[in-house]
Amino acid sequence: MSAVLIAVLALLALCLVCGAILGFAAVRFRVEGNPIAEQINALLPQTQCGQCGYPGCKPYAEAIAGGDKINKCPPGGESTIQALADLLDVEPEPLDAEGEVPPRVAYIREAECIGCTKCIQACPVDAIVGAAKQMHTVIVAECTGCDLCVEPCPVDCIDMIEVGRDLRSWQWEQPLLPGQMIASDREQAA
Amino acid sequence: MTSLSVWDMHGGIHPPERKELTNRTPIQRPTLPARLILPLAQHLGAPAEPCVTPGDRVLKGQKIADAAGVFSAPVHAPTSGVVRSIGPQPYPHASGMASEAIVIDSDGQDQWTTLQPHSDFRSMAPADLLELIRQAGISGLGGAGFPTAAKLAAPTAPRARVLIINGAECEPYITADDLLMREKAMELVAGIEILAHLIQPERVLIGIEDNKPEAIEAVRAAVGEREFQVRSIPTRYPSGGEKQLIQILTGEEVPSGGLPIDIGMLCQNVGTCVAVHDAVLLGKPLISRITTLTGEALARPMNVDALIGTPVENLLEFAGLDASKLNRLIMGGPMMGFTLPSTDVPLIKTTNCLLASTLTELPPPPPALPCIRCGECADVCPASLLPQQLHFFALGQQHDQLKAYNLFDCIECGACAYVCPSNIALVQYYRAAKGEIRTLEQKQHKAEHSRQRFEWRQERLRRAEQQKEADRKARAERAAQAKAAQTQSSAVTPDDAVARIQASKTALSDEQKKRKIEASMAHVALKKAEKQLATHATAELEAQVAALREAAAKAQQALAEATATAPQTTGAATRPTDDDAVKKAKIEAAMLRAQLRKLESMESRDEQQQAELAHLQARLANAEQTLAGAQQNASAEPSRPVGDEALKKAKISLAMRRAELNKAEKTGADEAELSKLRDGLAKAEQALHAAEQTSAKPAPELVRTDKRPVSEQARALKTEVAFARADLRRLERDAVSDAALVEAARRRLDEAERKLQEHTDS
Repeated sequence: MSAVLIAVLALLALCLVCGAILGFAAVRFRVEGNPIAEQINALLPQTQCGQCGYPGCKPYAEAIAGGDKINKCPPGGESTIQALADLLDVEPEPLDAEGEVPPRVAYIREAECIGCTKCIQACPVDAIVGAAKQMHTVIVAECTGCDLCVEPCPVDCIDMIEVGRDLRSWQWEQPLLPGQMIASDREQAA
Repeated sequence: MTSLSVWDMHGGIHPPERKELTNRTPIQRPTLPARLILPLAQHLGAPAEPCVTPGDRVLKGQKIADAAGVFSAPVHAPTSGVVRSIGPQPYPHASGMASEAIVIDSDGQDQWTTLQPHSDFRSMAPADLLELIRQAGISGLGGAGFPTAAKLAAPTAPRARVLIINGAECEPYITADDLLMREKAMELVAGIEILAHLIQPERVLIGIEDNKPEAIEAVRAAVGEREFQVRSIPTRYPSGGEKQLIQILTGEEVPSGGLPIDIGMLCQNVGTCVAVHDAVLLGKPLISRITTLTGEALARPMNVDALIGTPVENLLEFAGLDASKLNRLIMGGPMMGFTLPSTDVPLIKTTNCLLASTLTELPPPPPALPCIRCGECADVCPASLLPQQLHFFALGQQHDQLKAYNLFDCIECGACAYVCPSNIALVQYYRAAKGEIRTLEQKQHKAEHSRQRFEWRQERLRRAEQQKEADRKARAERAAQAKAAQTQSSAVTPDDAVARIQASKTALSDEQKKRKIEASMAHVALKKAEKQLATHATAELEAQVAALREAAAKAQQALAEATATAPQTTGAATRPTDDDAVKKAKIEAAMLRAQLRKLESMESRDEQQQAELAHLQARLANAEQTLAGAQQNASAEPSRPVGDEALKKAKISLAMRRAELNKAEKTGADEAELSKLRDGLAKAEQALHAAEQTSAKPAPELVRTDKRPVSEQARALKTEVAFARADLRRLERDAVSDAALVEAARRRLDEAERKLQEHTDS
């Protein structure tokens, strides 16, 4: 009898000790936020454009962490989908949009700007400077090309301009694969 | 010249040499080109900023663009002439893209600006010497174009122990440095002395490949007894690479991803040393360089001392280009150079060679075949990389693997592609992969930056919202306090008001006040005079006192009279206070009523409240009575002249008639209605005139403003004039606008004004 009692008491004591340790760890080593969502957020392009249907990149990251699809980010394109698929170990899916758009920046036709500040309020990254009844302008280096300023403009003076390649952003093209020949080469080889 | 020992480097190849094409003729000077194109980005780092404007006349050696920051270099005019334009111009780059450049039309005089030589560089402070080099626009002439001053200035923590002078020149065709060392050995050594003075190294090593015996001889002779070591190194491509040369000369290896300065080495090209000599001892900025013009498509291949900015076609013409033979025009050597898309690009500071090759000389590479994993590439790689592995990772876009296999240590020398039996253009893969990785990193960086900005913005908005909320609360609190204070003060208002009314009733009229003051003044003057009389009794003073006494008596009398007439005058004076009293009484009554209603609406009233209610009712009755009295009083007062009121009414009715008529005209009402309205307007006008006559007010001076409707055409013309004027103003303000444009705008304005004049005249 006493052996059973000792065993029960020993187990009880063990449970209490373990419970105390776990309880302490839960408080002491508590993780703020969702670490997976943070990692996903780091992969998203941070345009804050809302094309995924969420108000910004972080909410979408949290949604993905909660099980949403990974193919709703047009600015990120295929490369972002691939990166997310690698991170989450899921199958990459085709982009859920008409296709990738080349990088763009907003441009305000300053002669037409009436200084209403609506675009300034819409810009998620504070990339538009200006004041009421003063002309506004876009800080190109800060613009993410999210489009959000275009719609609120009452005089339609904002254009989205494609960022072309210049000497600094130019890069070499990858050559054709070995064995992959253009027509003239094939003739020569024959 | 102590030791002649050199170390070995990994890999390397021995491509067939074609240096004999150009190393037998002395350096020549091409003819002065009519037009020079000076790109603002001839160096690594930020493009220079122009400091001249089109139309400026510049002298040879004059600075035309300033360095934009530390990692930048200024640009100087290579000859005297006029700045023609500043804008995108052809630029020597594999992409064939244009780049911002200053174009100078030469005036043929080649007139120097004033030069400031510093022959006493040993007594100069290092910072001044460095500034001299920076202002001379010198960037590495070996090929990479790193701003020399930045390279010399950068090291503070790891000091440069060894200064290495690079005379290796390993590219198979190029002989520019060879000829430079032969012909300018003295200048080279002087330049090295300046650099050695500036950075105070422990050793100075000059490395020259052993296929240039004349150059080695010339430099040795020039060095003489100095402590510089001239070392002949075995000919092997790419011994001229900075890291490779360091390894060959010192046996030390630059760590992966590091810079030579990390192991206390500083490497400078021989051409750069001569440029430093020119800049310090002669005061000449970098405006020309020695360039090899070679290739079998040229009749007279040679080295030229060409002005920076000379169009390539001029140089090729000078060297006798046979356009029919030309297959590929390469800037740089055959190993590391790039094909020029056109011949209108200028020579820039980093151009060491122009290779006009024929088809047989540099045939197009045969089509690439799959890799057979022979491993030749790894054997020849001077950076000890695994080109084969990198190739596969590049194909699979495995960026992490590429980085792990040190892709960024690749110097793109092309040795691997040269030995590849499958003719795979390996270097192109590495260049593409490097570009891809850099782009992705930039994107990542930008995303991170945007995220931060977004979060800061959210934080800012949140704070603003909080502030607003706090302000709202504070306002509400203040309002509540003010209300409480008002209700408190309203309890005392009645007595107060009554007291004030009473006080105002007994208040003195202006007339009385004046009299009183006069009387008291006269009294004071009399007292003063009497005092004086008591001390010095003179006849004069006595007479004065008598006069004053009389005046005082008079003043007193006048005061008495004024007080007697007061009742009438005070009646007039208190008129406004009566109005006030009515208002006060009204307010009081209203407040009492409100309080009463509140009490009444309470469902259960205790005794005290009941008593209060009764009290309030009594007070209300009282207040209403007071109000009635006050109103009676007020209405008894003579009202304002009737004429004023009528005049106002007449004016209002006139304005209303006019508005109605306008509206009807605009909406296009029929004639009958319009005429009716016009009649109404006329009547109203008459009424107004009548009212004006009867009123005491002077008739207003009539100023008729022309309110005729402006015709559509006149408006259009006026708008056009305004637009044209604005355009002209803007163009005039804008300093760089085209004269032709300004003229056109002026003509447009004149035309518009003329049309408007015609229209108004007709």
